[in-house]
Amino acid sequence: MAFTLPELPYACDALEPYIDARTMEIHHSKHHAGYVAKLNAALEGVKGFDGKSVEDILRNIDAVPEAKRQAVINHGGGHANHSLFWQLMGPGKGGDPSRALAGAIDSELGGFATFKEKFADAAANRFGSGWAWLTRNGSGRLQILSTANQDSPLMDGHVPILGLDVWEHAYYLKYQNKRPEYIEAWWNVVDWAKANELYRAANG
Amino acid sequence: MAFTLPSLPFSKSALEPIISAETLEFHYGKHHQAYVNNLNGLVDGKPEANRTLEDLIMSAEGGVFNNAAQVWNHSFYWNCLKPGGGGRPSGALAAAIDRDFGSFDAFKEEFSAAAAKLFGSGWAWLVLADDKLKIVQTSNADLPMKHMQTALLTIDVWEHAYYIDYRNARPKYIEAVFDNLLNWEFAEQNLARA
Repeated sequence: MAFTLPELPYACDALEPYIDARTMEIHHSKHHAGYVAKLNAALEGVKGFDGKSVEDILRNIDAVPEAKRQAVINHGGGHANHSLFWQLMGPGKGGDPSRALAGAIDSELGGFATFKEKFADAAANRFGSGWAWLTRNGSGRLQILSTANQDSPLMDGHVPILGLDVWEHAYYLKYQNKRPEYIEAWWNVVDWAKANELYRAANG
Repeated sequence: MAFTLPSLPFSKSALEPIISAETLEFHYGKHHQAYVNNLNGLVDGKPEANRTLEDLIMSAEGGVFNNAAQVWNHSFYWNCLKPGGGGRPSGALAAAIDRDFGSFDAFKEEFSAAAAKLFGSGWAWLVLADDKLKIVQTSNADLPMKHMQTALLTIDVWEHAYYIDYRNARPKYIEAVFDNLLNWEFAEQNLARA
């Protein structure tokens, strides 16, 4: 069973004015679709991966034959990262984190304001293409990090709680070289209920 | 002595319609300028401020390397483009391309594929390495001189190089630049100097 492109959970223009409709459309229907197609091409004819989720494959990336591994890291990572990214945003969201995640951000990362600043720095300072993440790491603690290109934190035993795409394709049509303005605007569409759900599941 | 932004070897609208003036406003006026500014900020008041760009590229890592290399890469890239470019190389470079790639068409295919397939941000290059021409890809700011290769020609495949004009269609940008803008005289000079 081949991987398929998930539908956006909202209309392309739902995140305006923070993320413009044109960017959402191309990002989902061209970039994300491209990762899905290339992931399927990479795994075509490779035995042992039928029915596995892309997350499972990334968690056990060493099980992928070496000749296909980098393609799966790139395109499987691209598929998993974008699938999560769409779910972590929504119209009329933003605000502060809630419940268990809010408590953990306070106790482990020094509070929401400190977290926001450090996460924004991780996103702004990623050189080239990549992602900023809030994860639950292998020791069960929250951690802010960034990864290059489409590298998934799942490969290093982290569970992503929040992810921000800082490839230029994520913001260039609206923000051009002004990545920090995109990062600042993005807080207005973060779905903290979804992030809290991921955090609870990671701890479950 | 601070590092400075070199002037563009053409006007910002000179590469229309292949590369728009709007793209060059950002790519040259903002991105290239920001690498210059960031580098000056990082080396201000330090011994590195008095070294050449090439020295810093060969010795530095991290932010100084990234910004110094991107200053160099972009200056080199502008020289690889010209209005009314494209066509084919001549003389020694044409002969070397035939010798090392089989034909100009085979070279074009391999170079275009390298540029299209580089995953993430980076560059595709025609280089001279051990007296042979080679096509190499580099990620982010990385560049041939760091690997003891001589750059002859490059194409920038960071998304900011083409996103305004071509969106996700990187291969269309590569083909349009290859056919209409490549400055083969510059590549020939680089080979002659090597």
